[in-house]
Amino acid sequence: MELNIILSGVGGQGILTIAYILDKASVARSYHLKQAEIHGMARRGGAVQTHLRISDRPIFSDLVPQARADLIISIEPLEANRYLRYLKRDGAVVSSSTPLKNIPDYPDEGELLRHLLSLPNVVLLDAGKIAQKAGSARSENVVMLGAATPFLPFTLEEFGSSVRELFGGKGERVVETNIKALTLGFKVSSFFTQLVGRGVSKGTAFALVERLDPESVEPEAAAEWASKLL
Amino acid sequence: MAERLLLGDEAVALAAVHAGISGAYSYPGTPASEIFEYVEKRADRWGIHASWSANEKVAYEEALGMSFAGKRALVSMKHVGLNVAADPFVNSAISGVNGGLVLAVADDPSMHSSQNEQDSRYYAWFARIPCLEPSNQQEAYEMTREAFELSERLGLPVMLRLTTRLAHSRADIVVGEPRGQNSLKKPSDVSAWTLLPSNARVQYRKLMEKQPALLQASESSRHNAVDFSGPDRSLGVIASGIAYNYFMEAVGGVSPYPYVKIGMYPLPLSAIGRLYEAVDRLLVIEEGYPFIEELMNGVVGCGKPVLGKLSGALPHTGELNPELVAGALGMGWETNEFAPFEPLAARPPALCQGCPHADTFRAIKKAISIYEQPTVFSDIGCYTLGFYPPFQAIETCIDMGASIGMAAGAAHAGMFPVLCAIGDSTFCHSGMTPLIGAAKENVNIKVFILDNGAVAMTGAQETMATGERLVELAVGLGVPREHVRTFVPLPRNHEENVRLIREEIRYQGLSVLIAQRACIHLKRKT
Repeated sequence: MELNIILSGVGGQGILTIAYILDKASVARSYHLKQAEIHGMARRGGAVQTHLRISDRPIFSDLVPQARADLIISIEPLEANRYLRYLKRDGAVVSSSTPLKNIPDYPDEGELLRHLLSLPNVVLLDAGKIAQKAGSARSENVVMLGAATPFLPFTLEEFGSSVRELFGGKGERVVETNIKALTLGFKVSSFFTQLVGRGVSKGTAFALVERLDPESVEPEAAAEWASKLL
Repeated sequence: MAERLLLGDEAVALAAVHAGISGAYSYPGTPASEIFEYVEKRADRWGIHASWSANEKVAYEEALGMSFAGKRALVSMKHVGLNVAADPFVNSAISGVNGGLVLAVADDPSMHSSQNEQDSRYYAWFARIPCLEPSNQQEAYEMTREAFELSERLGLPVMLRLTTRLAHSRADIVVGEPRGQNSLKKPSDVSAWTLLPSNARVQYRKLMEKQPALLQASESSRHNAVDFSGPDRSLGVIASGIAYNYFMEAVGGVSPYPYVKIGMYPLPLSAIGRLYEAVDRLLVIEEGYPFIEELMNGVVGCGKPVLGKLSGALPHTGELNPELVAGALGMGWETNEFAPFEPLAARPPALCQGCPHADTFRAIKKAISIYEQPTVFSDIGCYTLGFYPPFQAIETCIDMGASIGMAAGAAHAGMFPVLCAIGDSTFCHSGMTPLIGAAKENVNIKVFILDNGAVAMTGAQETMATGERLVELAVGLGVPREHVRTFVPLPRNHEENVRLIREEIRYQGLSVLIAQRACIHLKRKT
């Protein structure tokens, strides 16, 4: 087992938090782990990324080599785009479609999302909207972890216990918000993947998910939706 | 003992705690800050003195004092911090140490958060002391513990060199049994501590006499590993520190070539000599400057081709990665067909929304807009981001505290108006000494101290002086009280602040203007 992940986003979006949750799950399984983080200057609203490598054998490089990432998990679409050269040919991108426009030359949003949807293995979802539904705009990171779970060798329950531990000190409401964020991210992602698996184009699947209330999305309903759409 | 998931920085810190340090000293600086912070959180429990120092020189001197008292001390800093601490560092190799003294220094190739890529191995070489360079977090732990033993055995400070990737990368490590602290023990003869020429000559000779022991320690160190199992003798590899990981990643854990892994300096001459004899060409893979490569080549070459950064096999600037190392090994690396969407807009760090520095810069820009050629010198901190649009408010960033001295020099040359911007912590670090000089000759510069009450850029660590204490410091250094002005950088005070700045610019002499508003992150913390 070797899993290479790039976690990306904008300073302040909380990629180290989801890295921590992944770490806990990996350590519980006695996997080896290396996690190269960005600290300091780049935190101030700049692009940030973490290279996370999990393996059942000792790991050499702290950096994920080019074209060796199994998964890019991004909390921001431009930041997913930034690291595409790291993706394995059969690797997957799980990204939020919610842009964070703190720069003057942010590209055309529609074109950017179309570019990401053109990748062979991609899940794109509006983490901003889902986080709001979960109860806090700040939970976009946990939404994306939930969305990435189908691509990881861990279960929602394993992450859930880490979420409880991590946010426990901030009160039950914060815990519940993040559990909900994790679950909604998982459901919407699974729904998206199943639609695409049943032949629905990624663009259509994305447009449908955009329209639906995240709380009403059930992966089991994907077959029905797919037959309607096709 | 139990496995833990630690940053390279934290592995060093925990090892120092387990090695029985009595004191940890540092000044914040990326990528080294977490070393001290990790000790600080555990200081009470382990009975360790840990408080931030005013600057790296002070940190080093405090650590040296602790060592002279017979106890162990860890001093940590970023690479450019060692420039500040270079004086006590180099001289402590002459005086020697008593309790173990380990200097952990973190270099920043690729300049993620720094103004240069200087390689601290040259400092260790310059001071003629041992340097350990871990390749991973486990080694960072083990080498730090060994460094304390080595320091006491040789009576010298020992450097531990990290680079950003190791400092800020986390991995699972296994730790050893903690050792108790040393007891207070002043030597009976302390003449080595007074580096008058008569003593210094004796001590310098002793340092030279210790060099064979350093070499011996390095030759026999398990961190300088030789592996001649690779059958292909067309190439021999010398890989040091974290660069070794990239080498191993590139070859999939099994090298087809013989190699020497370097983890300790001075270089193990016999191991490298054996490799040299066995192969046709050499490839040096090292993070930072081509330190080993340059030594290998000497003045007239070593007789066999040496590949590396100087030869062009690897880039001379920026950090390494597995792909680059694979390229140097002639292996190439796979690519994918997923090009990013272009143009790929950069997202540089920026001042936070609501940052007080933004209001200060807006007021300064407005105030000086009526002058033909104003100049704003600046310094190192979050406010250096005032270089970028929309502010474009500052024009220099050289080293800690430089803005005041540089402003004075420009004023001497006849420039007007000359302003400079320096943070509260940077002012305490290295700004007070140039201000004494500027006050003595009442040079016509306007010194803005941006007092946000924190060392914000590196994670909002505690500052040495803020608020009224900073005002009193400026007055105490000789600035006339009526020209030490304070203002609150807020949008609603903009016009008033502009007026105040213009008023002081009209005064032909030294003014200190202190912008007083806490870092927004500090507010959240409290």
